[in-house]
Amino acid sequence: MHDMAKHEAVAHHAPTSFISKHVFSLDHKVIGKQYYGMALLAALVGMFLSWLMRVHLGWTNAAIPGLHLLTKNGAPGDVMTPEFYLQLMTMHATIMVFFVLTTAPFAAFGNYFLPIQVGAEDMPFPHFNMMSFWVTFVGFLVLVSSFFVGTGPTLGGWTQYAPLSALGEVGGPGEGTGVVLWALSIAIFCVGQLLGSLNFITTTLDMRTKGMSLWRLPLSAWGWFITSCMGLTAFAVLMPACILLILDHVAGTSFFVTGNIVINDQMQPHSGGSTLLWQHLFWFFGHPEVYIAIIPGMGIVSHVLMANMRKPMLSHRVLVYSMGGLAALSYMVYGHHMFVSGMNPVSSLAFSFPTLVITIPSTIVVLIWLGSLYGAKLRINSASLFGLGFISMFIAGGVSGFFLAQPSIDIMLHATYFVVGHFHLVMGVAAMFGIFAGTYFWFPKMYGRMMNETLGKVHFWLSFVGAYAVFMPFHYLGLAGNVRRYQAFTPDYMQPLIPLHRFITVAALITGAAQLIFVYNLIYSRFKGAPATDNPWQATSLEWSTPTTPPPHNNFGDKLPEVFHDPYQYGVESSVGDYVMQASPEKVKTEHDEA
Amino acid sequence: MATTANEPVAIPGTSEERSQRPRRADSSGNGGRRNGVPATGKLPAVKKYSPPPASTGIWVVLASITMSFAAFTSALIVRQGGATDWHHLTLPPILYLNTLVLFASSFALEKARRQVGAFMGGQKTQGPKTQTDKPALWLYVALSLGLLFVGGQYVAWLQLRAQGLFLNTNPNSSFFYVLTAIHALHVLGGLGGLVRVISRLNQSILRKSPLDATAYYWHFMDALWVYLLLLLWMKL
Repeated sequence: MHDMAKHEAVAHHAPTSFISKHVFSLDHKVIGKQYYGMALLAALVGMFLSWLMRVHLGWTNAAIPGLHLLTKNGAPGDVMTPEFYLQLMTMHATIMVFFVLTTAPFAAFGNYFLPIQVGAEDMPFPHFNMMSFWVTFVGFLVLVSSFFVGTGPTLGGWTQYAPLSALGEVGGPGEGTGVVLWALSIAIFCVGQLLGSLNFITTTLDMRTKGMSLWRLPLSAWGWFITSCMGLTAFAVLMPACILLILDHVAGTSFFVTGNIVINDQMQPHSGGSTLLWQHLFWFFGHPEVYIAIIPGMGIVSHVLMANMRKPMLSHRVLVYSMGGLAALSYMVYGHHMFVSGMNPVSSLAFSFPTLVITIPSTIVVLIWLGSLYGAKLRINSASLFGLGFISMFIAGGVSGFFLAQPSIDIMLHATYFVVGHFHLVMGVAAMFGIFAGTYFWFPKMYGRMMNETLGKVHFWLSFVGAYAVFMPFHYLGLAGNVRRYQAFTPDYMQPLIPLHRFITVAALITGAAQLIFVYNLIYSRFKGAPATDNPWQATSLEWSTPTTPPPHNNFGDKLPEVFHDPYQYGVESSVGDYVMQASPEKVKTEHDEA
Repeated sequence: MATTANEPVAIPGTSEERSQRPRRADSSGNGGRRNGVPATGKLPAVKKYSPPPASTGIWVVLASITMSFAAFTSALIVRQGGATDWHHLTLPPILYLNTLVLFASSFALEKARRQVGAFMGGQKTQGPKTQTDKPALWLYVALSLGLLFVGGQYVAWLQLRAQGLFLNTNPNSSFFYVLTAIHALHVLGGLGGLVRVISRLNQSILRKSPLDATAYYWHFMDALWVYLLLLLWMKL
């Protein structure tokens, strides 16, 4: 807080040294790119871990050459042990949820484009912003370091349910040092995201340029603003939970461990703790986290689609209200993760109702997208394809949410692959598609070069078909009773499902490999792509009004833009074509001037 | 205004412009906190007149601290609810003295803030040197009392330790140490803010909004402490 004084004047001069320009940069654009780079690295690591798991699930006794390099005891003869499988699963989920789905759509794109879209030269607290990234990066390093210490990373799952997570090494490999590093990493991550949220909220409220009313903010900016409000409250709850978990480990307290637990004939030195307390604290963060991952994607995809539909959404305001409604409701539904936790059934009922209610704003958002797409002359390019893919994944993954919202059905399905399929589609793949849509759309502004469209479309179709090939069968597996978190399905009732598992494994390997096309496209286009104009998509919002591409250090040169129009004035007649930019003083006749 | 940078002042004509601004469905702007900026939009002028983000940022910070302590509170209530090992714990009496010290610190800071506010508002009854000297003195008082509070909390921990109550002795002592320690950490953060305010006042580059933000934070630490004290007194 005390640092605020320093950054009052906002202005900082363009950096001159390599370190201040590219490493410890105060420029929100560089910080955004750093977040993106970290998320890309984390996504590749997470994907690699999922490959290892998939191969093991398909061919349980097969040796994976070189696997022993990743673990001390987890792969004798390069064959994965059950414990190592669980460690990989935990790390895959933690890396993906925290360091990819939270950082890429929110922190990366938000840092780069929020200040530009509101017409500011930077965020109000650049030092906090720099700390936000580096703290998050340290969190990532701490998490990954658990591969190399003690008995390896924790195997407790990304939800770290107590008492397993709080018992220490006696709970299994990685349950000692591994859990402490995990909780430390997440607590550090929370600090980073709180600093980021502080900047996002003040940027949106205080840094808007002349004429930029709240209703004139692009939907992407609304997405980031709503997300930062959620981040502020959600991460502020997860951090205390992590502190208490660490204390249970290192100080011998009993916040989350009950008494009378005997492991290996040894009475554990704990008493009276509440195992459900951890779940309450965790899911109070955990459910908003799902929306922290998806709401920026909703904003980005709306933003991208409108530029390609050449018309505004049916209702800008209802979209914003729905995203806000999702955010508010997300705090009241978290108990639906705990239907099988032994929680009072009355509570289950109480959490089931808002869970069904939250499908209403989700459905409204989807209907607005579909209704707006209807009859639009959509430009087909990589960005808009991934926008459509996002909607498709969001619907496909969301529909199963209707079933899971009801305790009576959830009790059957909760511990099966049905839930795994549900959240991978609606939160994982959908959010990733939002990231891809944003990347193909904004890359020209970020690097001044176009991405390769052909490679982009190949990437889309392989990812789109591949994601369904991987995750649709999960639902079927779940209905067939295939429990999740198991490392092998050996001779029992799940034996007939193994061919399907193998199909999924092959599909996952191909879909994952297809992502390398994207990475190649990124690197190739960064250096060899066709030069981009200032406004290659004929879009309207302020990021396309910068004097140069990429934008100069202070975004708009020596004069901030003034805003004259609503964000999405497409389908109008102006001197430049069928759109009018927000910063253009030109008067146009429009039916869509909502705000 | 010789010694201290002033807050942005209202720009003549802005309110007129505002009243003349056409309403909805028109191409002119109707919002943006920076709308008070000169119409030219030239960067130096914008910087001079833009509102200080610290005055918004402080509420964001306080909101997140409130959430964190709400989480700790619910943890305490849930933990107590199912506990078989909940033992009564007598709070060390020094806590009540510490409370008074923290209040006095807040009072001193408020005194300094008023004085800075007065000369920033243009009352020049004294020479420029004494203008900053008096509030600086009160700020030092606030800082010392704040340090005294943290020291007092440390004494409270020593007293509990002397009774044989450690962090892991029972849930009551666990919650006592955790809540008071995390509050003390936040107080230390506030002390860092005070140090920064003092150094900027001495260099005559203090703006009023960081001082206000520090003061709000500091008063919030009072309120939070009273809340924690009541919670600990009732529950432990």
